Amino acid sequence: MKHQLLGAALAAALVVAGCATLPSSAELDAQAQAMIRGSFRAQGIAGLDRLEQDEGQRACSSEQPPPEAVARRIEAEAQATIRWPAAGQYLGDWREGEKLAQNGRGMTWTDRSAATSANGAQCYNCHQLSKEEISFGTIGPSLYQYGKLRGVRDPYDPASAAIVQYTWGKLWNSKAYAACSNMPRFGHAQLLDEAQIRHVMALLLDPASPVNR
Amino acid sequence: MTTLLRLTALALAATAALAAQAQKSAADGIAEYRKMLEDGNPAELFEAKGEDLWQQARGPKKATLQRCDLGLGPGVVKGAWVQLPRYFADTGRVQDLESRLLTCMATLQGFDAAQIARTPFDQGEQATLAALAAWISSQSRGMKMALPQGHAEERRFYELGKRAFFYRGGPMDFSCASCHGEAGKRIRLQDLPQLSTNPGDGVGFAAWPAYRVSSGEMWSMQRRLNDCFRQQRFPYPGFASDVTVALGVYMGVNAKGAESIAPAIKR
Repeated sequence: MKHQLLGAALAAALVVAGCATLPSSAELDAQAQAMIRGSFRAQGIAGLDRLEQDEGQRACSSEQPPPEAVARRIEAEAQATIRWPAAGQYLGDWREGEKLAQNGRGMTWTDRSAATSANGAQCYNCHQLSKEEISFGTIGPSLYQYGKLRGVRDPYDPASAAIVQYTWGKLWNSKAYAACSNMPRFGHAQLLDEAQIRHVMALLLDPASPVNR
Repeated sequence: MTTLLRLTALALAATAALAAQAQKSAADGIAEYRKMLEDGNPAELFEAKGEDLWQQARGPKKATLQRCDLGLGPGVVKGAWVQLPRYFADTGRVQDLESRLLTCMATLQGFDAAQIARTPFDQGEQATLAALAAWISSQSRGMKMALPQGHAEERRFYELGKRAFFYRGGPMDFSCASCHGEAGKRIRLQDLPQLSTNPGDGVGFAAWPAYRVSSGEMWSMQRRLNDCFRQQRFPYPGFASDVTVALGVYMGVNAKGAESIAPAIKR
């Protein structure tokens, strides 16, 4: 009898401890938020504010993409953040652009400064660009012959305007064209300044750039 | 004269090798380089050190870790690694290897677990942890990942880990999934395992701890995750914090059945 009671109590305890059902999905979401907040500390330039999500980050934080309407709204809001270059000056020096594309540094807790001047453009981490650089990533599409394939013979020809503007917008805020793009928002998140983006633009669109040769 | 001949022969051989190298694709060259590295994995030195530390009477209590319960009973090391992280009734927590070792070092040896968790990698008792992790994982080499999911806390941590894996944030909008959410991707030439599913034998979770040739250091999974978060541009994850353990559960359960090659060797 005593054994039976003990057995029943043990079984009950096991149900409570081991076989209990999971909290609801919404509860788990809240628990995950609390867990993340409680697990990190600020270090150098990487403050805890980096854990605060904006709407787009939040909407793109699950296995499933956000509903169509949400995605369109995020894209429209991102589109509105794009700052177009002063005096219609879209292109800088592709040589400087290549240096920036090669540079994958910046914004980690081991970097001293969060200023744009301390950051690379990270391009080769994820994209192929020039034929000569064989060490390139594949998270993003190949950008080899980016301008040439899009028929850009003269970036200042009005016929090139649409692709030139799209490229600037993509670099400034990639989410304007795909709500959950893997690509950082280089202009919007102040990772690169206008002059740096102009150099990357030249790497992609200048017919003399190794990307288009 | 003989020396000169030998040198010339060496130089010729090197030139031929270089020419042959140039014919090969970059990926072939890298695969070959990795193969060469496997011949002498310095992780063995850390394994030996870890085995020694396990048996040494240490800490304020001058005790060994031989009664440490890694999930399969006090002192059972073989096969423990491929079943971690798991739920431990004595702490009431889901723990990975490193957080469990902290518990054992505190309860058995009298160390201050919080202080060790705050210690920078490679220093003091953190170096002890890295060596212990190398040895303990080696005692599961060739076994298949088999994390238990019988306890509700283990299932809850899987769900929390999944949410952490897809959590976007920081100045570059990265989550773990940005790099590890698709198969067959690379950063520069570095292959990226897809960790939202089973990436296969000896890949991803089934390959850490590992010896890193580039830095000459032994990295536990905790350290691997720490550097992932650094490159994700996140703030600093606490050592053995819940987010790191939950991610371990998520990756480990996804890798069910994958053969462990830990401690592996990495570039």
